[in-house]
Amino acid sequence: MSRQLGDGHRRFLQTMMGVYIIDELKAKALYQYCCETFKMQCAADRLDEFIETINLKLQPMFMQVRKGMSEENGHQYYALVNTAETDITRMTSDYADNELELFRKTMDLIVGSEKGTASSTDILNSTDTMTSKKLKKSETEHLLTRLVQDKWLCEKRGEYTLSTRCIIEMEPYIRSMYQDQVKMCHICHNVAFQCQICENPSCGIKIHNPCVARYFKGKMEPQCPACDDFWPHEIPEVRGLRSQSKK
Amino acid sequence: MSQRKRLSNTQSSSQNKRQSSSSVTQEEDEDATFTQPSTSQVQRGLEKLTPAQVDQKTAEVVQYFLMKDQKKIPVRRADLVKYVVKDYRTIYPEIIKRAARTFEQVFGLKLVEIDPKHHMYILVNNLETATSRAAPVECPTNPKMGLLFVILSVIFMKGGTVKENLIWNTLKKLRVDPGQKHEEFGDVKKVVTDEFVRQKYLEYLRIPHTEPVEYEFRWGPRADAEVSKARILEFMGKLHEQDPRSWTQQYREAHATQNSS
Ligand SMILES: [Zn+2]
Ligand SMILES: [Zn+2]
Repeated sequence: MSRQLGDGHRRFLQTMMGVYIIDELKAKALYQYCCETFKMQCAADRLDEFIETINLKLQPMFMQVRKGMSEENGHQYYALVNTAETDITRMTSDYADNELELFRKTMDLIVGSEKGTASSTDILNSTDTMTSKKLKKSETEHLLTRLVQDKWLCEKRGEYTLSTRCIIEMEPYIRSMYQDQVKMCHICHNVAFQCQICENPSCGIKIHNPCVARYFKGKMEPQCPACDDFWPHEIPEVRGLRSQSKK
Repeated sequence: MSQRKRLSNTQSSSQNKRQSSSSVTQEEDEDATFTQPSTSQVQRGLEKLTPAQVDQKTAEVVQYFLMKDQKKIPVRRADLVKYVVKDYRTIYPEIIKRAARTFEQVFGLKLVEIDPKHHMYILVNNLETATSRAAPVECPTNPKMGLLFVILSVIFMKGGTVKENLIWNTLKKLRVDPGQKHEEFGDVKKVVTDEFVRQKYLEYLRIPHTEPVEYEFRWGPRADAEVSKARILEFMGKLHEQDPRSWTQQYREAHATQNSS
């Protein structure tokens, strides 16, 4: 297998630069499309290899196409990320300093919460402790809308969560910044925000909702995989690949 | 000198992100102080640096270009030297050469100098864009690009230069009134005469000796580099159900320039 970059790779990368993140199904379709358009060989199971070839060339530019799971539906996604520093460097060209401060505060709230969410009220209140130029209420609301549009946050009924793009790109940053607070999913070993927690106080492991669904599927008496205690939460259903919500 | 400038920009940090276009004349002065280093200067500069340092700087330059390109803002050499290249200015030509190679080999983009006088650069897609079937994942195209395409088409079909009124009247017929706030484009007149002009898609020039003052539009250098005239003709042909070849002059122009780009 050649490691040479072709126009198919380049078109794939160009598309990633426009959309930042795509789910696995779309990535496969795009891969196939790029190969056909530029008359390259294409094998359905070679997507990761294809991306690896791109990453080899992207590495000196501190960029990477990285794979990760959506906490929402458990599907795999590919995101174009900046690896330059573990800080939120990619965002510094799009957001002012005080906007970045509020985003950090929002991350603090989300990471510190049990369910991996922050309410708009809590975010608005956190502007009181800003050290840079304080954002007004309307400015904060506008900023939150932009952060959702730019795919850094997700919003549902006034509750904000970290988007899949944000988690994939910032995982190293989150791991180092919130060492004591952040917990890994017991099943997939990635950072876990939206998840279920074992109620045994001496255990307290976290499992992503989609990982819960897959792990406990078909089990009559769900037990914690770490301490064997009864798993008291409602087991969500495994979500099919086709019923994917648009993100 | 840079001290004075720092003071005039106090509200933004030293790593200035939002360059205002109002300081253009000042920037030009700055650019005049930058003289392209000679080959031997570059050579000597390179000897003082490690390959890793040169790679790192090239990566920063590439990132800077990509960031500006997202908003279709041309990169001025003066800004590039001041904010990114900095102490590496003696090897500037080498860094630009490497960045251009990276754009071509990795990203399928071409680095084009659109204004040799003021040293402005843009990135142009190098890959064939016309394909037989639709891509499964489309980049979210800016809705303003449709507006731009219409304007460029009118200018091209009218021989390269049109008075502004013709553009405004055409847009009105498409229910885009430059005097009113458009729900998708906002201030249409501003988008056309300011944003598109800054992005170098259009030129908006005062017609000399007109009273009251009149303006005309022309294609900007980015449009020349990026937009295919053949595609515009194809589009016009479909719109008017006419063979593109029936516009002889335009057809000749579209297919003469195509080879050179
Ligand atoms: Zn998990
Ligand atoms: Zn447990």
